[in-house]
Amino acid sequence: MWWEYITYFINATVLAAALRMATPLIFASMGGIFSERSGVINIGLEGMMLTGAFMGMLVTFYTNNPWIGLMGALLSGGIVGMVHAVAAVRYKVDQVVSGTAINIFAVGFTVFMLRTIFDVAGTSPAVPRIRTVALPIVRHIPVVGEIIGYQNPMVYMALILVVVVHIFLFHTVWGLRLRSVGEHPKAADTVGINVFLTRYVAVITSGALAGLGGAYLSIAHLSRFGDEMTAGRGFIALAAMIFGKWTPFGALGAALLFGFADAVQMRLQEVGIPRHFVQMIPYILTMVALAGFIGRATPPKSIGKPYEKE
Amino acid sequence: MELQQSSLSSRNLLVPLGSVILALLVGAVFVLIAGENPITAYRVLFVESFGSVRSIATTLQRATPLIFTGLGVAFAFRCGLFNIGAEGQLYVGAIAAAIVGVSFGDLPRVIHLPMAVAAGMAAGGIWAAVPGILKAKLGVHEVINTIMMNFVAYYLTDFLVTGPFHGGRWAPETDRVFPTAALERIFLPTRLNSGIILAVVAIVVVYVILWKTKTGYEIRAVGFNPGAAEYGGISVARNMVLAMVISGAVASLAGVEQVLGVHGRFIQRFSPDLGFMGIAVALLGKNHPVGVFFAAVLFGALRTGGAAMDRLTDVPRELIVIIQAMIIMFVAADELIRRLFPKKRKG
Repeated sequence: MWWEYITYFINATVLAAALRMATPLIFASMGGIFSERSGVINIGLEGMMLTGAFMGMLVTFYTNNPWIGLMGALLSGGIVGMVHAVAAVRYKVDQVVSGTAINIFAVGFTVFMLRTIFDVAGTSPAVPRIRTVALPIVRHIPVVGEIIGYQNPMVYMALILVVVVHIFLFHTVWGLRLRSVGEHPKAADTVGINVFLTRYVAVITSGALAGLGGAYLSIAHLSRFGDEMTAGRGFIALAAMIFGKWTPFGALGAALLFGFADAVQMRLQEVGIPRHFVQMIPYILTMVALAGFIGRATPPKSIGKPYEKE
Repeated sequence: MELQQSSLSSRNLLVPLGSVILALLVGAVFVLIAGENPITAYRVLFVESFGSVRSIATTLQRATPLIFTGLGVAFAFRCGLFNIGAEGQLYVGAIAAAIVGVSFGDLPRVIHLPMAVAAGMAAGGIWAAVPGILKAKLGVHEVINTIMMNFVAYYLTDFLVTGPFHGGRWAPETDRVFPTAALERIFLPTRLNSGIILAVVAIVVVYVILWKTKTGYEIRAVGFNPGAAEYGGISVARNMVLAMVISGAVASLAGVEQVLGVHGRFIQRFSPDLGFMGIAVALLGKNHPVGVFFAAVLFGALRTGGAAMDRLTDVPRELIVIIQAMIIMFVAADELIRRLFPKKRKG
């Protein structure tokens, strides 16, 4: 009886769906880690994702190749990231204000362009998408194969990205420099690290990764762009980053947890738990984590402060 | 002493005006992309938002909720707090006002309307108190918590409006509030309602609280320098929580006005980012109640004119969202503005 209950909510189908739901969050939260570890708050992830989702669709529409579309998303996300970097690093704009402006801009820009280019409101025409693949051997492993054996290539890219970001941050000299700029920019400057350049690169990378997360929605998971299709996922990615204490594997764990909550909500609704309450979970957990009730989440020390060279 | 300045002198107007001009220039590029002449588009925008008494009334109606969210955000800014949660606060305020509005049909108007308004303010105040307390007691940055509270508010009101308070119609909305709880229309056929009077009252009240009371002095002192305020015997924690509560209560009136004065009911996800636009209004208005009024009227005009432009030209109404985002960015990049518009030396 109990076992049946548990397997109704936790089974290979749900976990595979959780992984799919988590993928855009993983991309964007890795982006968030880059930016915030360098000392720049990035609440503009949502806007960067939305721009990536749109441009991914647009480039795919013109080239008929979703992989080139993915490059378009990467590039456009990076450009939005650069805007945030120029504002925050060069002109010392309040980073939260800049992020807010980017989020609002992205909503206006994508809908404006959708209507101007295609003369449609709501959703874009269908475009080719990156198709799901079957992993040769893994696919036949019981349970595991059902969960990860048959997924979109972007799902695998996201998982590999986590490992890469982890190695970069904690096992390379560039990662050490990036973290030191976020913790003690003055000390970093003293030993010859270019604080401004480091932050520029980090924030542009952040935007590029968020752009990929958005493109997953429009040209991998679905095959079209829809108005405001990111629907707050940039903020859930931000929450995953915080809940994961600004570490790649922590953020991955949080993204999977939030993805699971997303995947299981319909089944919970069937047994009488309103899905709206399940949807609140990521946000409430993040507040609880920040308050320190489950191991305090402490942001990088110099986050939000523009650096002034003396 | 930037936060302490209460006058809107010409020097203070440089950055807001420069930002609006630059944002309109960026907007002009997008008008060209849409294949329209910027002068034609902007003329339509202006005429349709200020060209007649009726269009001015519509502009004021669109400005009303922005006055509330702008005032709310500005109030928190004065205490050094960034309330990015006005959106969530106005949603809980709106649902609370709607719940009171659809209940108690036998109450007289003099009790029912104030009760609905007070319920909305209380809900918004409580909603904002949570991040306020977490900031004051545990030092958690209010930005993340107010963002998180926005989403909790969306889902909570989604639940209430599709569940316990779902109205008789199929759409995700409550029933109509009783006439005894409605803010009456004051300029038909526009939807301008007595909420605008409430907004003017709120402007005066916020001004008086901030500059004519001890509480306001303490709140501004905390915003200016929390360390010095604490040293001078002012409780930083108490004033932070109080500032957030007032900020949330004022911002929530935007939702109250939309429910009781415009839609007549709570509609799921009705707000076109009124809370986030409040941030723009507060920044553009330099966190001063009078500045907030003019900034809100400008944004109200953009929305009114934008809708007409959408109808009459090839330019999608989203142009005004782009312009608003650019205004936020430019107004915060005051260093850039001051360079582009160098100050003329005066005696």
